[in-house]
Amino acid sequence: MKIRQREGLVAYTFLLPALAIVLSMVALPLVMSLYLCFTDTRIDRPGKFIGIENFRFLWQSDVFWTTVYNSILFTFASVVLKLLIGLGVALLLFQPQFKNKWIRAIVLLPWVIPSVFGILGWLWILDPLYGSLNWILTHLGLSKIPWLASPFWARFSVILVNTWRGVPFFAIGLLGGLVGIPKEIYEAAEVDGASPLKKFWAITLPLLKPPLLVITLFSIVMTISDFSIVYILTRGGPVNATQVFATLAYQYGLSGGKLGMGAAISLFMFPFLLVSAAIMLGIISKGETY
Amino acid sequence: MRKQSRKKYKLNRMLALSLLVVVLIFVLYPFYCMILSSFKTTRELYNIRSNPLWVSKPTLENYLHLFTKTNYLKWYFNSALVAAVTTSISIFSSVLAAYALSRLRFRGAKPMGTGIFVVYLIPQTLLFIPLAKVVNSLGVANSLWSLILTYPTFQIPFSTWLLMGYFRNLPREIEDAAMVDGASRLRILWGVVFPMSLPAVVTVTLFCFTLSWGELIYALAFISDSLKQTLSIGTTTELIRGDMFFWGPLMAGGLLAAIPVVLTFSLLVDYYVSGLAAGGIK
Repeated sequence: MKIRQREGLVAYTFLLPALAIVLSMVALPLVMSLYLCFTDTRIDRPGKFIGIENFRFLWQSDVFWTTVYNSILFTFASVVLKLLIGLGVALLLFQPQFKNKWIRAIVLLPWVIPSVFGILGWLWILDPLYGSLNWILTHLGLSKIPWLASPFWARFSVILVNTWRGVPFFAIGLLGGLVGIPKEIYEAAEVDGASPLKKFWAITLPLLKPPLLVITLFSIVMTISDFSIVYILTRGGPVNATQVFATLAYQYGLSGGKLGMGAAISLFMFPFLLVSAAIMLGIISKGETY
Repeated sequence: MRKQSRKKYKLNRMLALSLLVVVLIFVLYPFYCMILSSFKTTRELYNIRSNPLWVSKPTLENYLHLFTKTNYLKWYFNSALVAAVTTSISIFSSVLAAYALSRLRFRGAKPMGTGIFVVYLIPQTLLFIPLAKVVNSLGVANSLWSLILTYPTFQIPFSTWLLMGYFRNLPREIEDAAMVDGASRLRILWGVVFPMSLPAVVTVTLFCFTLSWGELIYALAFISDSLKQTLSIGTTTELIRGDMFFWGPLMAGGLLAAIPVVLTFSLLVDYYVSGLAAGGIK
C-alpha cells in the first residue's frame, strides 16, 4: 500500500511538466473557445455575451456554407486519392527489387519537408504565366489552364497538392503494415493455388484493415483542419471558392479581429475530430495495430 | 512455356519500374523546379520562351537577394532558436510523462494515456484563436516567447504517445534489478531506460524539430514584426506582396529552409522510416 502511494506521487511528479503545458495551453484555450464563440470579443478589447448571434450570422452567410462544402469536398477527395495512390505505392515498394531504404526515403520527402516550403514549389509550378505546368501544356499543343484563378481549377489544385503531401505518409505507413503480415499465410495460399488478386482480397486487405483505418482517420483530422495549403496557394480565393474552416477562421478572427466569430468557425472542426478520435481509440485499444 | 513465363516476368519488372519512375517524378517534381528556379537570373525566370525545366546561366543572385535585401538570416536564426528551445522542453517533459504513463501504477493512468492521444489529435487551427488571446494577455504577443510557449503543445502529446509505445516494449527485468538495488525511479529512468530508448528519443527529437521548424499558423497569428518572424512566415509574407511575387528569392528561401530537415533526415533515415512504421504519425 505504502509503495503504491509513493509510486503515485512519483508518477504525478513526472507528469507535472507535460500536464502543466497541456492544461494551460490546450485545455484552457479549448474552454475559452467554447466561451468566445458566444461573445463579440475582438483582439483588442474584451467582448460581451451575445448568445448564438455568431452562429446565426454564419448560418445566413453564403461564404460559410461554401466553406463547409469546400472543407468536406477537399477532405473527402484528398483522403480517397491519398488512400488509393498510397496503397498502390505501398504495394509497389513492397516488391523485393525495390527493397531499398533510399527509395523509401525519397518517397517520404514531401511529408518530411515542412509543408510550407514544398507548397511554395507548387505555387511556382502552377503560376499561370511562368509556371512549368502551363509551359508543358502549351508545348504539347494544349491550351493553358488557369490553375489558381478559376474556381474549378483552384479546387482541383488544392486537392492535388493535398494528395502530393499525404501520399508518402499513407504509402510508408501501409508498407509497415504489409511488412508485418506473416509470409506463411501467403505461402499457404499459394499451395492452394490462389491467384495474386485473390491473395490481395483474401489476405492483404483484411490484415491491413486496422492500420489502414487508423491512417485514414488520422488523415481526415489533419486534412479537414489544414491551413497552409489553401493559405499559400489561393488565400481562400478566387471569390472564396477554396475557403476552408481554418482559413475562414483566420480571416474573420485575426485579419478581421473578430475573435468570437473566428472561434465559432473553428469549432465546426470539432465534431470531425471527436468522431475520428473515438473510432481510432476503439481500434487501438483492441490492440490490433502496431 | 518456360520462355513465356520468363517474358512475362520481365514485362512485370519493367512495368513496376516504370510505375516507380512515375511515382518518383510526382514526388520530386516541385523540388526540382524549386532548385532550378533558385539559380535562374530574373531575366530567365520571366522569359516565357525560356525552358522552365532547365537553367541556362546559373547565378547566385537570388540567394544574395535573400541575404542582403531581406531579413532572411534573422528568420533562420529565429527558427533555429525556437526549434531548439521548444524541442528541448518537449523532449524533457515527454520522456518523464511517457515513463510515468507506461511504467508506474497510479490512479488515472489509463484515462490520462487516452487523454494524451486525444490532445495529440487536436489541430493547431482549432486553438490559434483562443491562444492569440492568451498570448496577448500574457504580454508575449509579437515576440518569440509566444512560439516558445505554444509549440510544446503539439510536440508533447505526439512525443509522449510515441515514447509510451516504446517504453512498454522494453524488458522490465533490468529496471526491476535496479529497483532491488535501491535506485530511485529517476535514476532508473535516466541511467537505464533512457540509454535503451535512444532510437525512439532520436526519432521524436527529429519530429519535434521539424514540426517547429515549419509551423505556420501560430507564427502567422502571433507575430507581425519582420525581425521577429520565423522562416515559414518570413518567406511567405515578405517575398509575396499582394500580386507581386519575388519568385527567385522565394524559391531560394524555401530551399534553404528545407535543407537542415533534409540533411538530418538523410543521416537518420532508418530511425525515421522505422519510427513511422511504429505508428509515429504527424
